[in-house]
Amino acid sequence: MMKEAVMTGIRIAAPARAKTAPPPAAGASPMVEIDRLSLRYGQVLALKDVSMTIARHQVTAFIGPSGCGKSTLLRCLNRMNDLIDGVRIDGSIRIAGRDIYDGSIHVTDLRKSVGMVFQKSNPFPKSIFDNVAYGPRILRMGRGSDLEAIVERSLKAAALWDEVSDRLHESALRLSGGQQQRLCIARAIAVEPDVLLMDEPCSALDPIATARIEELMEELKTRYTIVVVTHNMQQAARVSDQTGFMLLGELVEFGETAALFTTPRDRRTEDYITGRFG
Amino acid sequence: MSGIGPAPGAQWRRRLVSRLVVGFCALSVGLALAPLGFLLFFVAKQGLTAVNFDFFTQMPKPVGEAGGGMANAILGTLVLIGLAGLLAVPIGVIAGVYLSEYRATAVASVVRFSADVLNGVPSIVIGIFAYGVLVLPMGRFSALAGGAALGVMMIPIIVRTTEELLRLVPPALRDGALALGATRARAVLTVILPAALPGIMTGILVALARVAGETAPLLFTAFNNRYWSTRLDQPIASLTVQVYTYAISPYEDWHRQAWAGATVLIGAILIFSLLARGVTRRLERMHRA
Repeated sequence: MMKEAVMTGIRIAAPARAKTAPPPAAGASPMVEIDRLSLRYGQVLALKDVSMTIARHQVTAFIGPSGCGKSTLLRCLNRMNDLIDGVRIDGSIRIAGRDIYDGSIHVTDLRKSVGMVFQKSNPFPKSIFDNVAYGPRILRMGRGSDLEAIVERSLKAAALWDEVSDRLHESALRLSGGQQQRLCIARAIAVEPDVLLMDEPCSALDPIATARIEELMEELKTRYTIVVVTHNMQQAARVSDQTGFMLLGELVEFGETAALFTTPRDRRTEDYITGRFG
Repeated sequence: MSGIGPAPGAQWRRRLVSRLVVGFCALSVGLALAPLGFLLFFVAKQGLTAVNFDFFTQMPKPVGEAGGGMANAILGTLVLIGLAGLLAVPIGVIAGVYLSEYRATAVASVVRFSADVLNGVPSIVIGIFAYGVLVLPMGRFSALAGGAALGVMMIPIIVRTTEELLRLVPPALRDGALALGATRARAVLTVILPAALPGIMTGILVALARVAGETAPLLFTAFNNRYWSTRLDQPIASLTVQVYTYAISPYEDWHRQAWAGATVLIGAILIFSLLARGVTRRLERMHRA
């Protein structure tokens, strides 16, 4: 009833990639391979023939004006778009070599290996501990002292442990906005995903909290592959290794962040990053 | 003409209208509260003199003997609302979850409409219904039939409060749970339902307080009992029916007992409501900042 993810299996080797980047740096095998992905909401074509390769252990940023499809693209990677009625998807997405829209992959299993942090922090109305333990409990990753170790490790990885270690059983809703967002990051990485999706994770935060999250992304990419959607071009320039510029559902340009911001190859990219529109 | 302020003539008119409206609001509040004040005053005036320790611990005395209490009726009311809760809470909460999860389906609108209709059915009719489906087949009045009648009255209240409160839970929480690999059922059970729990608990307690004061549905179902009874398949006393029986009797002693029963009933519901608020507050403190 909810989903209508129709697949046309285009999985023939190396289609022409006029607009995409040169292959990522040697040694970094691809984590996510998106191949000719199109997405329709009813009649509206929200993503047009997007192809890209996202490298392991890098931060990849999607930038572009509102409504350009960058969040939609992000939500394809953990199939959160399945929840919306009337969504139709063509093309393929492979994560760690497996086609995620294949019938044999259960969407809940996919979401265990592709974690997500949302625009507005959404801690559950539970204790700090129970928030982080939520995923591990679903996966039965451990209980008792094992679970405590997972929670501690995740909170440390999210740079939140020192601030909350003495009040793990207090409500998560008492934390500040920045702390809540780091809690959501801890919650997402507690299940050890391969990929961490971040949908404008700093848009509701002040500059200091934003800086902390950005630092954190730098640290986390050594263990996870991070894909971040951002409105903020400076942020993309600061944190990402690769950047994709999207416009009207199209991936206009995708490549090394430094190159994209200094010597964009497409006129539209140049106009956007120099602030001539958007 | 000076810059911003109103024209001089308009000012006194505004003040007058403002005072009139505020005065009207105050009057309405007074009129709404007055019946409650009078009711509490008269019941307490008549009843408090008859309420004593014996009322809670003694059995009813035969006609002509002074004193005695309604211990059996107090127990009976507790048994009846306990049975009603056991029946109505699971059905009501689960149906409420269904309505909020599948809100747009045809079945949901039928269920929602049915709940509203059931909520409007006169309680005496619900009593007759329970009489037909439980008392007649069992061959006697019973606590079970009384509890069922009260439970049927509670269901629509619980269904609609549960649905309303679940709808208030931010969708971002559901997305968060699903993004962690939770199934839909798991997200509802472990995140959405607990987030709405304080409100749902209040709804349940309000519904219990509401049916605790019902008489009509018990007349054909639980009936009444002069004796101490804990058997669910036997007639059982209740405060409301006892008050009714005593109030229409010709005996002065019994009238006093009826006033006492009414006082205790109102007092109990008042305490219950305060308790409900306390419980809700505590739950909310755990759930909110």
